[in-house]
Amino acid sequence: MSAVRDSGPAPGRKVLRAGPAAWTFRPRVVAVPLVGAALLVVVAAVNIGKGSSYIEPLDVLRTLLGGGDRRETGIIFDLRLPRTLAGVLVGAAFGLAGAIFQTIARNPLASPDILGITWGAGVGAVGVIVVGGYRGQVSGAAAELGVPLAALVGGLVAGLLLYALSWRRGIDGYRMVLVGIGLSAIGYNIVYWLLTVGDVDDAARATTWIVGNLADVGWEAVGPVALALAVLVPVTLVGAHTLGGLQFGDDTARGLGIRVDAARGGLLLLAAALAAVATAAAGPITFVALATPQIALRLARTAQPPLAGSMVLGALLTVGADLTLRLTAPALPVGVLTAILGAPYLIYLFVRSRREVRA
Amino acid sequence: MTRLRAEGVRLGYGERVVVDDLDLDVLDGSVTVIIGPNGCGKSTLLRALGRLLRPKAGAVLLDGKRIDRLPTREVARVVGLLPQAPSAPEGLTVADLVSRGRHPHQSWYRQWSGGDEEAVRSALAMTGMDVHAGRVVDELSGGQRQRAWISMTLAQDTSMLLLDEPITYLDLAHQVDVLDLVRRLHTERGTTVVMVLHDLNLAARYADTLVAMRDGRVVARGAPGDVLTEQLLSDVFDLDAKVLPDPVSGTPLVVPVSAHLRPDPS
Repeated sequence: MSAVRDSGPAPGRKVLRAGPAAWTFRPRVVAVPLVGAALLVVVAAVNIGKGSSYIEPLDVLRTLLGGGDRRETGIIFDLRLPRTLAGVLVGAAFGLAGAIFQTIARNPLASPDILGITWGAGVGAVGVIVVGGYRGQVSGAAAELGVPLAALVGGLVAGLLLYALSWRRGIDGYRMVLVGIGLSAIGYNIVYWLLTVGDVDDAARATTWIVGNLADVGWEAVGPVALALAVLVPVTLVGAHTLGGLQFGDDTARGLGIRVDAARGGLLLLAAALAAVATAAAGPITFVALATPQIALRLARTAQPPLAGSMVLGALLTVGADLTLRLTAPALPVGVLTAILGAPYLIYLFVRSRREVRA
Repeated sequence: MTRLRAEGVRLGYGERVVVDDLDLDVLDGSVTVIIGPNGCGKSTLLRALGRLLRPKAGAVLLDGKRIDRLPTREVARVVGLLPQAPSAPEGLTVADLVSRGRHPHQSWYRQWSGGDEEAVRSALAMTGMDVHAGRVVDELSGGQRQRAWISMTLAQDTSMLLLDEPITYLDLAHQVDVLDLVRRLHTERGTTVVMVLHDLNLAARYADTLVAMRDGRVVARGAPGDVLTEQLLSDVFDLDAKVLPDPVSGTPLVVPVSAHLRPDPS
């Protein structure tokens, strides 16, 4: 049995009950992911339809639901779907990871690409590509699993370093961002060093990966991401009920009965894992994790980046950026566009936060 | 009766010891106010009572059990606390802030119940913040903001409340307003209150028990009339002052003697 009704003392909130379970929500917080998902279906259908033989978006949707002819089914499922599906999954993972980092750090600058998590994953992935030789000595299943696993380990190591280095009797958002910028610098310098020592072919492959690229993604890359997200997302969402309390200072959060260090450390590692897995599949597509939680927060008018909204908007932004580039400059990988969008936004955030510190 | 007590606690940060071998019983259903000069360890002691700081030696006991070994959620259903100058995230509404006080009574699958609703409603009504429930916390005046935070600890529905300098940064009218609220909490809900205050006259007026600290030790404790003497002010605060009966409450009223007003010794 479930029932939705107004929650008396909290204006604008509704309560959803199912037996002993009950959640509160605001209509806008639900509307943002629903509208976003509808838009995502449209953008994804157009993106899947695009290619050397064009397929109408409606036919794409019909085919995805199992009603297409053999030719369309073959093209879409064998060739086109992995790219868009990877965009959706990777974007959603970045959006969720960004929302968690920003909530924990209480700072809109905190996102896995700024904090060095994606570069940690990059070191792992490029290390395997260059040292192991992606198409050389390591092949088949080892290569398919090796790169994502190495990226996951690299991202988690970066996450642990970030937590250890920015912990001083508690976490300060600014210190975390500064430590993260340092870790990023170390990370990308290792990546560039690996590229210079590596084999030319491997280095070329690794270079397109470094920018963030969906074009070459096949089923073999989508599988591990989907599997990892299927595990990580539910665990994160269950653990996320402490996020509201963690947004206060440490003392207030402890007063509310939250085991601050355990909850924050656990969520931080989960978010690092999400970002690392996404990076492993498509490279560090910047800006998505940085911007989507803040966009979702403004659309939903909440004080905390909404998790579902951040995931859906992350997917929408990633697939949308991919489609935009394919329509205008097909040779460029998706990470180029998100980086171009991200740079001015990052400057805006820095200027704005400087002002807040002075105020 | 005492549910919360400190036994021989040594407190400090890193190598520095701020409080050493201190005993304190918090009397149930009373208002205890800790006073003392800056740096005497009164906030440190309050943090230890609220298990925000683990003693280096000795123990803080809640119902006879070591508070740092009890599950923190369990403690949070008994002891509520309001740190000095707490900060709320940008854009948070009063209703949301107060709702978050229900955290120790909730779990990930049960985030709202009739009990939550009732607790939030009555907390908002008691502080008079119900009319501001939909407003954003950072747009409130200082006094309203403090009442919003107190509402959050009220929604937590604890029988004990620890307040660290709850009236700092407020003007006198709002100071009285907040302390009246604390006192009302105590009479209407029987809440045990421990707070740190700087204003000695207000401390004397609102406390059942005064605890005077200096250099990490309790120098005196008891009824305000017994504790707040000219001798104690000199011993604890190095303050030359007259103590008169407060014309409104009859509690001690501290009137400092300033250097330029001191009678010429010659």
